[in-house]
Amino acid sequence: MQDAIQDLSLKALAQALKDQRVSATQVAEHYLGLAQGHLAPKAPNPLNTPQDHSCGAFVSFNPEHTLAAAKASDERIAKGQARALEGVPIAHKDIFVTRDFPTTAGSNMLNHYRSPFDATVVSRLADVGLVNLGKLNCDEFAMGSANENSAWGSVQNPWNRAHIAGGSSGGSAAAVAMGLAPCATGTDTGGSIRQPAAFCGITGIKPTYGRASRYGMIAYASSLDQAGPMARSAEDCALLLSAMCGSDVERDSTSLDLPSEDFSRDLERPISGLKVGIPKEFFGPGLSPDVKARVQEALSQLKAMGAQLVDVELPKTELSIPVYYILAPAEASSNLSRFDGVKFGHRAKDFHNLDEMYRKSRSEGFGQEVQRRIMVGAYVLSHGYYDAYYLQAQKIRRMIANDFQNAFKHCDLIAAPVAPSVAWKLGELNDDPVANYLADIFTLPASLAGLPGMSIPCGLGEQGLPVGLQLMGNYLNESLMLNVAHQYQTQTSWHLAKPGATGVAA
Amino acid sequence: MSSSALIHGFEVVIGFETHTQLTTESKIFSRAPTAFGAAPNTQACAVDMALPGTLPVMNKGAVQRAIEFGLAVGGHISERSIFARKNYFYPDLPKGYQISQFEIPVVQGGEVEFFLGTEKKVVRLVRAHLEEDAGKSLHENFTDQTGIDLNRAGTPLLEIVTEPDMRSSAEAVAYAKELHKIVTWIGICDGNMQEGSFRCDANVSVRRPGEPLGTRREIKNLNSFKFMQQAIDFEVQWQIEQILDGHSIQQATVLFNPDTGETRSMRTKEDAADYRYFPDPDLPPLFIERAWVDQVRSEMTELPRVKAARFIDTFGLPEYDATTLTQTQVMADYFEHLAKLCKEPKTASNWVMGELSRRLNQADLGFEASPVSATLMAAILVRISDGSLSNNAGKTVLDAVWQDAPDAENLDQALSAIDQVIESKGLKQINDSGALKAIIAEVMAKNPDNVTQYKAGKEKAFNALVGQVMKASQGKANPKEVNDLLKAALSE
Repeated sequence: MQDAIQDLSLKALAQALKDQRVSATQVAEHYLGLAQGHLAPKAPNPLNTPQDHSCGAFVSFNPEHTLAAAKASDERIAKGQARALEGVPIAHKDIFVTRDFPTTAGSNMLNHYRSPFDATVVSRLADVGLVNLGKLNCDEFAMGSANENSAWGSVQNPWNRAHIAGGSSGGSAAAVAMGLAPCATGTDTGGSIRQPAAFCGITGIKPTYGRASRYGMIAYASSLDQAGPMARSAEDCALLLSAMCGSDVERDSTSLDLPSEDFSRDLERPISGLKVGIPKEFFGPGLSPDVKARVQEALSQLKAMGAQLVDVELPKTELSIPVYYILAPAEASSNLSRFDGVKFGHRAKDFHNLDEMYRKSRSEGFGQEVQRRIMVGAYVLSHGYYDAYYLQAQKIRRMIANDFQNAFKHCDLIAAPVAPSVAWKLGELNDDPVANYLADIFTLPASLAGLPGMSIPCGLGEQGLPVGLQLMGNYLNESLMLNVAHQYQTQTSWHLAKPGATGVAA
Repeated sequence: MSSSALIHGFEVVIGFETHTQLTTESKIFSRAPTAFGAAPNTQACAVDMALPGTLPVMNKGAVQRAIEFGLAVGGHISERSIFARKNYFYPDLPKGYQISQFEIPVVQGGEVEFFLGTEKKVVRLVRAHLEEDAGKSLHENFTDQTGIDLNRAGTPLLEIVTEPDMRSSAEAVAYAKELHKIVTWIGICDGNMQEGSFRCDANVSVRRPGEPLGTRREIKNLNSFKFMQQAIDFEVQWQIEQILDGHSIQQATVLFNPDTGETRSMRTKEDAADYRYFPDPDLPPLFIERAWVDQVRSEMTELPRVKAARFIDTFGLPEYDATTLTQTQVMADYFEHLAKLCKEPKTASNWVMGELSRRLNQADLGFEASPVSATLMAAILVRISDGSLSNNAGKTVLDAVWQDAPDAENLDQALSAIDQVIESKGLKQINDSGALKAIIAEVMAKNPDNVTQYKAGKEKAFNALVGQVMKASQGKANPKEVNDLLKAALSE
């Protein structure tokens, strides 16, 4: 049984556990055994686990807690009280606060920080029986598109260890792709679920803004941050999304006051007659030929399955980059002000006055990219510049959202590439923040509009690296997106492809 | 200092910003309690401490209080108002920003009316907005260190901002007292100034009449009416001296030191922070539907100025009386009860504003703790109006029952209790013309000089005779009767 555990869908794994063909303890031990060898290079390693071939996906473990939770699941199963995903392991992006694991947000600022409470998403997932395996590497405070901005070191792409895993949920994507965890949580502010999912060949969905509670998700850009699941398949994601989402208005004012939904309900519906919008702005000269080819093949597949492809326009697509890189840093500059060395987090050792304490603590605690965004954010909000930058960006943001509404008059959902290229080489764009920002062009529009977006694997591009197909739905239309993704995955097997077959070992 | 008088040829211009702490049980964006005086950091939850991952959720009770205030001052309640972040670093500001309202506040406009002496004043409000309080830095008990107490962090505040409408320290204090009255009357603030529940900042400038507004300096944290007047007076004097000495005033924030009686500059405009205000993305716009406003209005206690208008309307009181009687809810209630029972509203008003207020002030009591109930008081006033008691004898009765108030559940019981006091003290007024005529005859016989003088045209002699009659009757003679009968007797 154990050899096959990794190949099971979440549904199948939950059933195997429920039928007691395998115990939650065995499953937890199996995954812990794999995952513990994949700590990020600079993450603390209190257990001294060998890290010879680590991809750097994890940043912390608490095996005692994991095994205790697994044992509790076994007891529930024995009593016939198994919940929907009882005993199934999950790993959480280190941006979600957890009581039982340190929470660092990939930052020295929060080295050794322990939250007194669990994020709503974490506790909702625990409430359906999922067992927390550990915390996953990510870009510092979720700022980055390559997972090279983590204080604990980069994450390697499981398909080619010399390449990035994508970001900011790079640890989540790599862990699922390598089979170190059957599923994971991620967060997406400007593409941080969809892009690493695409780069690592897995499935990930960012729901409509407000679907998943932001309580306990360390804020990067409040008006954009949204949690979502990352797993092998659309079917797995639908199960997780159903558990994650739901009203949390008592704790998060941006939470949508809607009842929980069963996002699996439409998975099996045929997609014939469905109108899929193709935005021409996503297929311009900036798109790599290999990615373009794979995405067009995927679109042909959808057509072959009965979908109707229609051209739509999203004319402000290019503007989404400056708009995002004004608004997100603006919010970040303020959200990160609480990390001042006074109450929690890093405080510098030597200082002579309050100002110096602030300056040193923040300079030592925050990495370069975080400091850069704080400075950009403070600048665009400052007196005399606010109207020209922040207000202007807000106006264009509304136009971008309107463009989508116009597009959705002609189609049921939109399909496009997730990123202009496959995963680039580690270190390749390190010294060029702008090049990094430009690579976010295809994921930013849906983020700015607050629309749901997802990434599904649709083949391999240059150097055997995965390519993702992006689906963007209208507000609250996740079940349609999952339906299309699942139908695609019943006809294709890209989501089942594993690194190693074509990947280059490090 | 009198209202709007010039000082050395300068006009004083004052505007106020008042932070009123709202009476909600929990904080504005969290569920932690707001009670004052707990051990440091025991009333701060994860949200108040700004722990990573926490988010604000609006306390509806705070919004309701803002609506109540808006209605009380006749302001506009914004259907949609925006919360903004005011960004600055300070150790007792846990998030590194304060959630406040910047561009669109919850209340816009409104007026505060009050009397300065007998002169009616109106101060226009610019706005009132909701915001959260910061924590406290504790410098005592620490050496080379500062303690941070976050109990107060997140306490709901309504900041009330006026136009620069006040023209003297006396007017400023009268405004502050009136505002204090309004917020405590409607119950949105406990008004405790020592605990910082009602904190005033005064923007003070001076100018020569007709000139544009002078540069203002803001006196922070005036937490007593006494210091308020002292601080403003000092500041005005200081500014005028500076100008007369040929200096210009620099915009600054100053603190008042009650020990020295001086104001001292804390920071100037040059080092004022850029707060980088922007709409708080964690809080959607605050929508207040008309139905909510209507409901709050229907459930609100009668406002002082509405009550005053009603007193003028139904009781025929002068505006001054009506305004004075509505200083506090208990005073107004006492008066209204009294006026209805004794059916002599103006007499009731005179007694409440005069004799009763004086006695209560001396005893440091409020109307709610008056030893003499409105029912008992009504009985005294009934006996004055029916001629059983002279006004002066009424005061003597009041003194007697003040010391030892008989029980009286209704007016009848009160009347018999008061009649007993009148009886036992022998205070009953003599209205019987026969008895009075006898006394008058006797007095006239004993004072022939006065009679002669009066008849010769000396009016003063008449008063002397009245005095003698009152004396002879031991003060019990009805003065009006005496007047009439004496005149008749003298003209015979």
